[in-house]
Amino acid sequence: MLTLIKDTLISQVVTLWKVFLHTFAKADTVEYPDEQPHMFSRWRGRIILSRDPDGEERCVACNLCAVACPVDCIALQKAEDDAGRWCPEFFRINFSRCIMCGFCEEACPTNAIQLTPDFEMAEYERQDMVWEKENLLINGTGKYHDYNFYRVSGMKIHGKDKGEGLNEAPPVDVRSLLP
Amino acid sequence: MTFEVGSILNIGAILAVVIGVAAMLIWVERRLLSLWQDRLGPNRVGWFGLMQVVADMVKIFNKEDWVPPFSDRFVFVLAPAIIMTVILLSFGVIPFAPGVGIADSNVGVLFVLAMASLGAYSVMLGGLSSDNKYALLGSLRAAAQMVSYEVFMGISMLGVVALTGSFDLREIVLAQADGWYVIPQFVGFVIFLIAGVAESHRLPFDIPEADQEIVAGYHTEYSGMKFGMFFVGEYLGLVLVSSLITVLFFGGWMGPGFLPPVIWFAAKAFVFICFFILLRAAIPRPRYDQLMSYGWLFLLPLSLINLLVTAFIILSSQ
Repeated sequence: MLTLIKDTLISQVVTLWKVFLHTFAKADTVEYPDEQPHMFSRWRGRIILSRDPDGEERCVACNLCAVACPVDCIALQKAEDDAGRWCPEFFRINFSRCIMCGFCEEACPTNAIQLTPDFEMAEYERQDMVWEKENLLINGTGKYHDYNFYRVSGMKIHGKDKGEGLNEAPPVDVRSLLP
Repeated sequence: MTFEVGSILNIGAILAVVIGVAAMLIWVERRLLSLWQDRLGPNRVGWFGLMQVVADMVKIFNKEDWVPPFSDRFVFVLAPAIIMTVILLSFGVIPFAPGVGIADSNVGVLFVLAMASLGAYSVMLGGLSSDNKYALLGSLRAAAQMVSYEVFMGISMLGVVALTGSFDLREIVLAQADGWYVIPQFVGFVIFLIAGVAESHRLPFDIPEADQEIVAGYHTEYSGMKFGMFFVGEYLGLVLVSSLITVLFFGGWMGPGFLPPVIWFAAKAFVFICFFILLRAAIPRPRYDQLMSYGWLFLLPLSLINLLVTAFIILSSQ
């Protein structure tokens, strides 16, 4: 009987009182269109393609992002420019399928594809959700300011031979190592 | 045309105010719930979101009013009308202020209880005619809950009736000129409050609806304005129970003279409406068998003891 009174009366009254005290608490709601929420810099939002510090496209069209994408929303085709650099002929992201998981960013070996803290991407036409390379490419380095894939890699392109990369030793003539 | 109890003007005004208040409660409840849950609630449409009610009405009137082909059509259409009708009829005997009211019946308390019993038919028939297992479960629960909580709702009112010596609600209010009945009849007040929540099947006793278990209970198959009538009927029941508590235990329209009596009545009733919403915000729903055993094994003996003690005191003081 005593426990019944304790359970049915006292604890209920305490609950009511504690909830009533929330009358004086501030609401947690952020009134979004009037008041912008604070977006953290690592927030996974709209995808961009960045450029290296020299202003060239970082993307080397390796297709790793398209492979990593769980919803297959990335499509691209490799091309090669006169200097021997690889670059995407087209790069297409279908944002109506994209789930902003960030796997493409993790897969990217050249820090080209990056997610930004922008989420206001609503469109009236479904086709407008498909973004081409011109829409995705930005004039900046994104989150990584100093990285340039062709400067550190051993790949030979026009104007840079093998062994001329950053922190790269000149190639060894293996025949000279023969006994 | 005179403005006296039972005049056309009076009836029209009370009907308009009661239905208007019941509609506004949609907004009040959502704002208060969100206040207690640290949210903001609907605050976009109109001033402080007041026009949300209009938006909701426009929406619900434009919804497809679908009658399931497998339902018992006549009863299905009848059920939501019953709940609106009986609750509005109950307002007929409530004295809002001196000169404001529809009828001063000398069996007012009994009339309210009778109408509450008829209200059980609405949810029962609604669930039965839907031919849906969840609706059937909901109506089973509603029938059992409303029938059993009516018992001690009535008994808890009897203490007040015994003190007044009249079933007339206006007499009950006038008898409280010296002191509100909440003090001598505190136990009766608490039992009436709990039974009132169960009668209007609002949270935490919304077991007939219990969204998490049985979809929406007895009104699962209802849509459009028929659902809206159940919805408004629930709010009307809330207003009715709050008004009854005000009349029976808190001196009705009586209060210090600086405000008109109607305002005092409305203010007191509004406090109880807010309290019912606080109950919804704070207390989780009990299990069905817990509700029934709590009613029959705890509240019924308690209300009988309350009536017995009240009767003993009245008789011994004569």
